[in-house]
Amino acid sequence: MINLKTLVVLAVVVITSASTAAFGDDFDSAVNELNTRSFDDKLEAASRLATMDHERVDVVLQALIDGKLYKKKGDDTVVVVVSLEGGGYQLTDAASGEDLGKVGRRGAKKISVNNKLRRQLKGLFASRQLNVDDPDARIAAVQAIINAGDVSLREILLERREVEPVEDVQDAIDVAIVVFDLDSKDQAIKLAAIKASAYNLDSNVRVKLTAIVSDQSLDQQLRDAAISSLANIEELVERYQWIETLFFGLSLGSILVLAAIGLSITFGVMGVINMAHGELIMLGAYTTYVVQTLFPYALEYSLLIAIPAAFIVSGLVGIAIERGVIRFLYGRPLETLLATFGVSLILQQAVRSIFSPLNRAVATPEWMSGSLEIVQGLSITYNRLYIFFFALLVFAALLTILQRTRLGLEVRAVTQNRAMAQAMGIRNTRVDILTFGLGAGIAGVAGVALSQLTNVGPNLGQGYIVDSFMVVVFGGVGNLWGTLVAGLSLGVVNKVLEPAAGAVVAKILVLIFIILFIQKRPRGLFPQKGRAVES
Amino acid sequence: MVRQLIRVCAVVVLSFSASWAAADTIKVGVLHSLSGTMAISETTLKDTILMMVEEQNAAGGLLGKKLEAVVVDPASNWPLFAEKARELIEKEKVDVVFGCWTSVSRKSVLPVFEELNSLLFYPVQYEGEESSKNVFYTGAAPNQQAIPAVDYLMNEIGAERWVLAGTDYVYPRTTNKILEAYLKAKGVADKDIMINYTPFGHADWQSIVADIKKFGSAGKKTAVVSTINGDANVPFYKELGNQGLSAEDIPVIAFSVGEEELSGIDTGPLVGHLAAWNYFMSVDADVNDDFIDSWLAFIDDEDRVTNDPMEAHYIGFKMWVEAVKKAGTTDSSAVQDAIIGVAVPNLSGGLATMMPNHHITKPVLIGEIQDDGQFDTVWQTPGTVPGDAWSDFLPGSMDITADWQAPLSCGNYNVKSGACSGQNYE
Repeated sequence: MINLKTLVVLAVVVITSASTAAFGDDFDSAVNELNTRSFDDKLEAASRLATMDHERVDVVLQALIDGKLYKKKGDDTVVVVVSLEGGGYQLTDAASGEDLGKVGRRGAKKISVNNKLRRQLKGLFASRQLNVDDPDARIAAVQAIINAGDVSLREILLERREVEPVEDVQDAIDVAIVVFDLDSKDQAIKLAAIKASAYNLDSNVRVKLTAIVSDQSLDQQLRDAAISSLANIEELVERYQWIETLFFGLSLGSILVLAAIGLSITFGVMGVINMAHGELIMLGAYTTYVVQTLFPYALEYSLLIAIPAAFIVSGLVGIAIERGVIRFLYGRPLETLLATFGVSLILQQAVRSIFSPLNRAVATPEWMSGSLEIVQGLSITYNRLYIFFFALLVFAALLTILQRTRLGLEVRAVTQNRAMAQAMGIRNTRVDILTFGLGAGIAGVAGVALSQLTNVGPNLGQGYIVDSFMVVVFGGVGNLWGTLVAGLSLGVVNKVLEPAAGAVVAKILVLIFIILFIQKRPRGLFPQKGRAVES
Repeated sequence: MVRQLIRVCAVVVLSFSASWAAADTIKVGVLHSLSGTMAISETTLKDTILMMVEEQNAAGGLLGKKLEAVVVDPASNWPLFAEKARELIEKEKVDVVFGCWTSVSRKSVLPVFEELNSLLFYPVQYEGEESSKNVFYTGAAPNQQAIPAVDYLMNEIGAERWVLAGTDYVYPRTTNKILEAYLKAKGVADKDIMINYTPFGHADWQSIVADIKKFGSAGKKTAVVSTINGDANVPFYKELGNQGLSAEDIPVIAFSVGEEELSGIDTGPLVGHLAAWNYFMSVDADVNDDFIDSWLAFIDDEDRVTNDPMEAHYIGFKMWVEAVKKAGTTDSSAVQDAIIGVAVPNLSGGLATMMPNHHITKPVLIGEIQDDGQFDTVWQTPGTVPGDAWSDFLPGSMDITADWQAPLSCGNYNVKSGACSGQNYE
């Protein structure tokens, strides 16, 4: 009995080891066959790999998708590489996982992948991910399979559907199967799939439905069903588009508000036309870059560190400009304009000399990438969403400072009547310095936000200076609420016009509108009142 | 402050002119913006020429003389380009100029070079529709970049709907005009072409990307052909990534995005988007590896990249050296005659030949962006393609040809009317 048991165990061991050995050979040859010029042959080899039960299959497929699969020069071994700092690669044998040491830049050549192959590889890889523990990963895998459009994967989905415990994943699989069924040869299945797709905003569905509608050889009943499903989808899309446009406008507006609000303080309170405002924004963006370079491992928090840092840097530079240039020129707006324009050129060239004229890469933290899907077909990008709320936050903070603090009181007093405020014992100089520093600091903070949206380069500021002035003048000089309303409404108007008129014309129309508006109401939306202003 | 500035300027000018004083050298003018908006792209090209000059001197100079680079800064200011060009030729007496990036700067210096009969090597891909006796176009003409790119998308990717997105100035407008005519000739319907222009440095791409997304979900494979210039690309690609448009759904092929531009972007979300050039840093050729090594050593920064206009300067410089050797003099007219037919190795392992229309032969490569900021070549023309100065797809320029050899010696010869219409044909 005991003998028999041992025998069975022994037999099982022998058989499994034999089968892994056979599998191993297969695996090795499939990996080696990835090293070919033809993309079709690569796909064929990858498809074989995907069905194998070898522990390194996932590693190899992932490396191929990521473009980390190379062949070693000389013996053509397929290797997984890690790029080393300062050129060269660290090689690992793809099949065995053995460490093959380091080579120089010329020592290995990439096994290239094109878009079509990458999409199919992602599908293959996803088919192996259907059994992972995380339900979200399973949903992502189902989506990748839909995108890959590989009908052979349909069976795998059906198998998984049988055992899938989580309802969300079940739904995702059902949708995927409907998408595959749109291509079905069976009329009944196809018709059911078309009807089931009436509210599905997945772009693959729309592509397939359109193809059905335009395919003359199909049954009229099918095409009619497809037309009505498409109409349904179009209607939904149309509705979402309005919401999207509104959000786009608010987002653009919030950026305008951020860029303009610092200017609104300096321009409004001090009557100083600061042409270097854009460069203060740029300094804030560069501060973000410096923070990310100094703390490369704290990328996720870099923005939180950068906000106060940028406030301080830009604020200090602003104070230096005020003390060094502007204070000698109070009451002479034309000279101030020219002098600050000169300062802006100096700042630009300084940045060019220090950081090089090339743009700097500012990374976007993980939590700010991608988009938030509200419902299928309507999503809002995270970076803009956060920046919108950030702009509101900055606005609220500034409002609090101006309304609730001693500094705010003094600033408002000076704004309304400089001479009288001085007579009441307010130290004008101190208020000027602090106000300018505050305005400049806010510009720096705006720079941190902009670094997430646009290029961080020496010319960053120039793009925003005109828009900022426009917002301030439109909203009414020296009025924070005016700046908020003006910025947001200009943003929305711009975005509503843009699809119809094009980006260039939309901008021109907005500018013309503002010119006409200023003719009618020279003091903007929310003019300041009081005798000092009148004079 | 102002006085200080003047003093600084004076010191700079003095130190420059002191270094120019060396006698009996062949002078090579470098006309690239080192400040202003274009500095980002052009500074690299200045360094490339300085490196080539240094290498040529190390190899014994030219005609027994040393080469000497004369660098001026036109500061991204188009009229200043013309002034600086005149200064280089008349005052500094340079024998050749390597320079310009934007088409408008080239148009600005063109009359100067023609008037003073000097030589300009222009290294950037451009819209064509020009051939001057005094200019050598070492960048790509539309038939060496745009047309093959569209062919690739049509044949390999199966694109049927087209978005032509560009920055609003002469290069994208002309290129898109040529592409539109080409697509229509290939049977693409009007409603399947969407053309969109944006201002320089456009940063807010939300609604345009949303439009492209909508345009692309109409049931046919859609591709974007981008002539968006320099800076504006970063927010464009960022927005594409954030709105979830991957290269697998809607590929974007760019004509103005190279390794240098990508070095300012986090390329993760761009993987798979395309670019059409005549050279990539990743090209597998020994001559390219050598070039990269000497570039990295010259610039003393391991992180720098090489790009297509650099290769164009490399080719242009080598061609000029060969032509001077062949002519035995640096005289402009002699070099103009000698350089036609000169062939030098390019960096992708082939040969570049100067054609009679002052354009060169180039291979066309289509590359996909990788997450290390490099391109991976996915397709290339079997041989090299000769540059065509006058597009065959525009009604005005179909019948025009350029040939600077005797007896024709004309940059815009109309084969129908048999007339040479002079330099300023638009």
